[in-house]
Amino acid sequence: MADQNLIENDEPLLVAKSLSKSFGRINACRDVSFSLHPGEVLAIVGESGSGKSTLLQLLSGQLAPSAGHVSYRMRDGVARDLASLGEAERRFLFRTDWGFVHQDPAQGLRMAVSAGANVGERLMAVGWNHYGRIRDTASDWLTRVEIDTARIDDAPRTYSGGMRQRLQIARNLVTEPRLVFMDEPTGGLDVSVQARLLDLLRSLVAELNLAVVIVTHDLAVARLLSHRVMVMKGGRVIETGLTDQVLDDPREPYTQLLVSSILPP
Amino acid sequence: MTAMIDITDAGKTFTMHLQGGIELPVVRGVTFQVNPGECVVLSGPSGAGKSSILKMIFGNYRCDSGRIGIRHRGKLVDLAAAEPRQVLNIRRSTIGYVSQFLRAVPRVATIDVVAEPLIVNGMSRTDAQARAGELLHRLNIPERLWQLPPATFSGGEQQRVNIARGFISDLPILLLDEPTASLDAANRAVVVELVAEKKRQDVAMVAIVHDDEIRHLIADRIVDVTSFAAAA
Repeated sequence: MADQNLIENDEPLLVAKSLSKSFGRINACRDVSFSLHPGEVLAIVGESGSGKSTLLQLLSGQLAPSAGHVSYRMRDGVARDLASLGEAERRFLFRTDWGFVHQDPAQGLRMAVSAGANVGERLMAVGWNHYGRIRDTASDWLTRVEIDTARIDDAPRTYSGGMRQRLQIARNLVTEPRLVFMDEPTGGLDVSVQARLLDLLRSLVAELNLAVVIVTHDLAVARLLSHRVMVMKGGRVIETGLTDQVLDDPREPYTQLLVSSILPP
Repeated sequence: MTAMIDITDAGKTFTMHLQGGIELPVVRGVTFQVNPGECVVLSGPSGAGKSSILKMIFGNYRCDSGRIGIRHRGKLVDLAAAEPRQVLNIRRSTIGYVSQFLRAVPRVATIDVVAEPLIVNGMSRTDAQARAGELLHRLNIPERLWQLPPATFSGGEQQRVNIARGFISDLPILLLDEPTASLDAANRAVVVELVAEKKRQDVAMVAIVHDDEIRHLIADRIVDVTSFAAAA
């Protein structure tokens, strides 16, 4: 597994404290607390409507919590409350130190510009300006995500679903972020395409020592990619622990239901 | 001698919420120690809780009571109370586990499946693959299969890949869940040899073995699990 860099690094990267979010009378997220360390992969599992995606938006600063707060340790080592960051700072974080992989690649890519530009754009946003180096790095990344570099000038709208998703991953990882949020990254893909993508994600996460918060309803994805898992129901975290522990020895009725609903391979 | 594993009064009960909340007591009062260089074999009939005890020692099953003392980097740590991150650290540098079945990742070549525990601990890919190759060779997995993912292998071949992956690291504790179950005589003999080598390297082992002959060959001590049976 991706444990090589889980050395006793005791400074968390991301800390959530008593996060809650309500939309009118609906409590989408209630009192969620946890911390995430560099290189650690946390899966958030639960059925539709359990509050997983709301939590992901709170953690990535795209939604303001009704209560509680999120802090992130910046590259200078100082932990900052997301709410205290200005819009420009937050956007800078998103372009450099964070990635966000959407379920639908069309949300994370610019569909009409070339694959090379999709990847290169992130580099330009952090100040790269040498065309040749940008193109070389983009083409390296296409290779790393197993896209034929002959397709570098084609727009992702000409790509298959699996290729688009791999391109979205390349676009996110090219700036070497330390934290990546993923929302059902294998959601819309065929099973065979899923396996390939999962395997790719797993090796990239380990190689780059990425911290990841991944939302998924697929327990197999959680088992393959994550170190720890949080099970959500009705906006609350009802069970949390080591991934294999929670999946092999589930305690809560709802977790037992989830685990027992997996079809045998 | 300082024990590598020191279990005191550990207990485990499953509560089956989907079956009306019935309680399934598995074990209680589990107490034993394992010293460096010693292989303790758990005995008892099927369903007595042998595998559950092994999983409790690995932190795969949670304990309801008691202590799972593990000597990790010179200090005794209670695995039953450890944070997830610490459990992962302990697994990476202290406890190895050979499960009954290989849980392989699709698309990863056999040689890499076996080499992975070494790479995770910082060895170069080339060196790790060389050691993986030696072990696969000893376990009679032909070289032409090394670049293939083990998913399509026979049960016995998968089990041997699993054994190679488990034995490749130099971890001070090794847990073995029926490592010889689907092997032929020649490969069983290789496993017996591998266990003997680990003993010489002072590795503390806990094993489950149904085969009487193998048990006789590897066990330094037998712990009868029936005494820990949690009567309902």
